[in-house]
Amino acid sequence: MRYMMIIHHDAEAMAKAPQQELWAEYAAFNQALNKAGEGFSGGLRLSPGKQGTVVRSSGGKTDVLDGPYADTREQLAGYFFIDVPDIEQAVEWANRCPSSKYGAIEIRPIVEQTAS
Amino acid sequence: MDDLARRTAERAARDSYGRLLAFLAARTRDVAGAEDALAEAFASALKSWPEQGVPANPDAWLLTVARRRQTDAVRRRQTRMAGEVHIQLMTEELEEAAANPQTIPDRRLALMFACAHPEIEAGMRAPLILQTILGLTAIDIAAAFLIPPATMGQRLVRAKARIRELGVPFAIPEREELAARLDAVLDAIYAAYAKGWTEIGDTAAERLADEAIWLGRLVVSLLPDEPEAKGMLALMLYAEARRGARRDGAGAYVPLERQDIELWDEQQIMAAEALLRQANQAGPTGRYQIEAAIQSAHVARRVTGRPNWDAVVALYDVLLGLTQSPVALLNRAAALAEIEGAEAALTSLDAIAGDRRMADYQPYWAARGHLCARAGRKEEAYEALTLAIGLSIDEAVRHYLIGQRTALQDG
Repeated sequence: MRYMMIIHHDAEAMAKAPQQELWAEYAAFNQALNKAGEGFSGGLRLSPGKQGTVVRSSGGKTDVLDGPYADTREQLAGYFFIDVPDIEQAVEWANRCPSSKYGAIEIRPIVEQTAS
Repeated sequence: MDDLARRTAERAARDSYGRLLAFLAARTRDVAGAEDALAEAFASALKSWPEQGVPANPDAWLLTVARRRQTDAVRRRQTRMAGEVHIQLMTEELEEAAANPQTIPDRRLALMFACAHPEIEAGMRAPLILQTILGLTAIDIAAAFLIPPATMGQRLVRAKARIRELGVPFAIPEREELAARLDAVLDAIYAAYAKGWTEIGDTAAERLADEAIWLGRLVVSLLPDEPEAKGMLALMLYAEARRGARRDGAGAYVPLERQDIELWDEQQIMAAEALLRQANQAGPTGRYQIEAAIQSAHVARRVTGRPNWDAVVALYDVLLGLTQSPVALLNRAAALAEIEGAEAALTSLDAIAGDRRMADYQPYWAARGHLCARAGRKEEAYEALTLAIGLSIDEAVRHYLIGQRTALQDG
């Protein structure tokens, strides 16, 4: 099953994290992801939510607003993809992700399009 | 109330619970129904025994409470599939047992064989045994196995439904079948122990290791003539004896060769050695006895300071012949490096280098990294250690490997 692994960072915990160590661990983690095979893809880091832009259209009118989309303590910070047989192994990959110490990893199964 | 009193009471409650549940379920093959019948009684036992002490006859206590509440309890939960006939059947079972609680036969072994039946998915055997024999909740089991609680709950319900629908036998297999079927029971218990072994610092998981050892003792007491059961219990005790030495004061990972043997639990090692001797009386017959013998060899080497790698490699050869497991091959390579050098050990890994399962198997990359470093192949060592770091789940292990990789650049 393919899963999107969504990384949420706690801003406070992140600010206190030893940066050099964290990114060294991330480099190793991404290498492991890339090596794991088809269906896996290394982590992509997103710029902070307040640098984002939010677009909404309804009734022919478009609103363009400054980010973040949701003003919460934990912000969407990045994501990666895995392809594993079961939730146990997905949890294992979440556990390996260095960000699990500074926030949370949300595991979301990807809805596969079935050919009709 | 002190911790010891609480644990003693919990143990007594679990002991009675498992026996009563096995007795009820063996007759009806309805594990969920038997759980319903005992649920409230067990919950009140867990609450009141630690405070008021364990009753003189725990089984009778549980049965009295169960009988008083069970019709209600089953009615409330019968949305599942029960029905009046079923309630009646359970009630009769309880009446019969309560009439003479001293003579309730111990059917826990038969229940374990049902939980580890070939029809039951391998991954669910350990959770089923933990729930039925020990009364652990789905939430606790989920936490120990790192699975979302709702998923674990659904899987347990499904597995119990399967036992009932397929009429999985609650029986100790006949002699010709026994060895293979017992392996499945032992594998399930050992899987529970392994969960509790790797997750250091996690209290739920540490408790799980205790539960697994308790189950191992139970199997040995119920099947005293089976050497593999003793072999597995010995293997768990060897590992358990080293628990305190696996991390230093600062929480850093300490490999076996550098562990302070003063921190090993001598009593547990002695118990393991005695079990292993008994198991091997007629010559070793299975994987757990071999693995326990390997642990025994490691203990002997560290205690006497005399290298015994030849014996260790020979034991791994036997184990490989039995299991063809890549884990055995990896551990054999580490021992082989001590005799024939790192290059020979690396060559021995060629057999699994192309195996796709190794791509994200952390122990493979860690072993490869160490061997390449010893062989002076720095670049390969760096790459393998990096992958091992990226695949590590345990924080202490990750830091240890980062240290090894740094040493590579300095050395």
